[in-house]
Amino acid sequence: MTQAIYLDAERDPLLIAEGWMKEGRSCAIATVVETWGSAPRPVGSHLVIDANGNFQGSVSGGCVEGAVVSEAGEVIADGNPRMLEFGVADETAWRVGLSCGGRIRVYVERLG
Amino acid sequence: MDPYVLKTLNAERLARRAAAVVTDLGDGRDRIVREGDLVAGELGDAIAKSFRTGQSTTIQAEGRSFFINVHLPQPRLIVIGAVHISQALAPMAKIAGFPVEIIDPRTAFATPERFPDLPLAAEWPEDVLRRNPLDSYTALAALTHDPKIDDFPLKAALEAGCFYVGALGSRKTHAKRVERLTELGATEQQIARIDAPIGIDIGASSPAEIAVAVLAQIIQSYRSRGVVAKAGVAA
Repeated sequence: MTQAIYLDAERDPLLIAEGWMKEGRSCAIATVVETWGSAPRPVGSHLVIDANGNFQGSVSGGCVEGAVVSEAGEVIADGNPRMLEFGVADETAWRVGLSCGGRIRVYVERLG
Repeated sequence: MDPYVLKTLNAERLARRAAAVVTDLGDGRDRIVREGDLVAGELGDAIAKSFRTGQSTTIQAEGRSFFINVHLPQPRLIVIGAVHISQALAPMAKIAGFPVEIIDPRTAFATPERFPDLPLAAEWPEDVLRRNPLDSYTALAALTHDPKIDDFPLKAALEAGCFYVGALGSRKTHAKRVERLTELGATEQQIARIDAPIGIDIGASSPAEIAVAVLAQIIQSYRSRGVVAKAGVAA
């Protein structure tokens, strides 16, 4: 048995981000920091994104990942963290929303 | 995120140690806090709560907004003894969120037919635990009431600070066990951590009922981690 009992290195976003960093790839880490109502992924969930838009992990059930990935490109470029908020599509300025009716706040920051 | 924070966090997670990343959402600065590290004030209280509950959270403290992302190792259960109670305990514990491993050197007991789809080691606990050491996010239930099999893992569980250590056997059996563990060098304080007779008191009688009582006790111990210790310090 390996030391990493129950950690799945193939799919673990934080282990993947460390691997990318070692390869010299720039990347951003997005984290669910607050949820209201029914949200698909719990607080603390991560999505990691590299400068080419490759990503691993999730912050929703796939509803808002596209928007987070495009925002991450800017975060990687300028280094300034951003707080994104997603809710029901009609009620927010965002094109994308959570069909489940929940709301989430996602913090996006550059690694390094 | 600071690359050092990420590297340290991953190292802690791989070693099955609890750690939290605390990020100041105002300026983006972050740091790593290990379970047991002292952090003062409101922020420290919130971090301690996150370690206890396993819940990550955004909080306001000292006029700032912080995100506490807590990473706890997956709790697990090691059962010593491939006995009748274990056959009921293992599937129930798995459903409750505790992956289970069964250890019993008696090959007649530790068979895949009796324990389908479960990690099963038909070896001495000494050998298994050397490869796969116990830690504070592991529960250990010793169910053989054979000193040759149970005593070593019980002592190892006390030394590793397992969040739960339970041993099957009557009060009389346990009194003899206490004498043997004392001879092996376990302290009185360590021995007091053993739940024996095992399981919460629900009047359990059949092996499956005893398994329910043991699982309830494991959950109780897991959910009150740190609380008892803190009460002791305050008193």
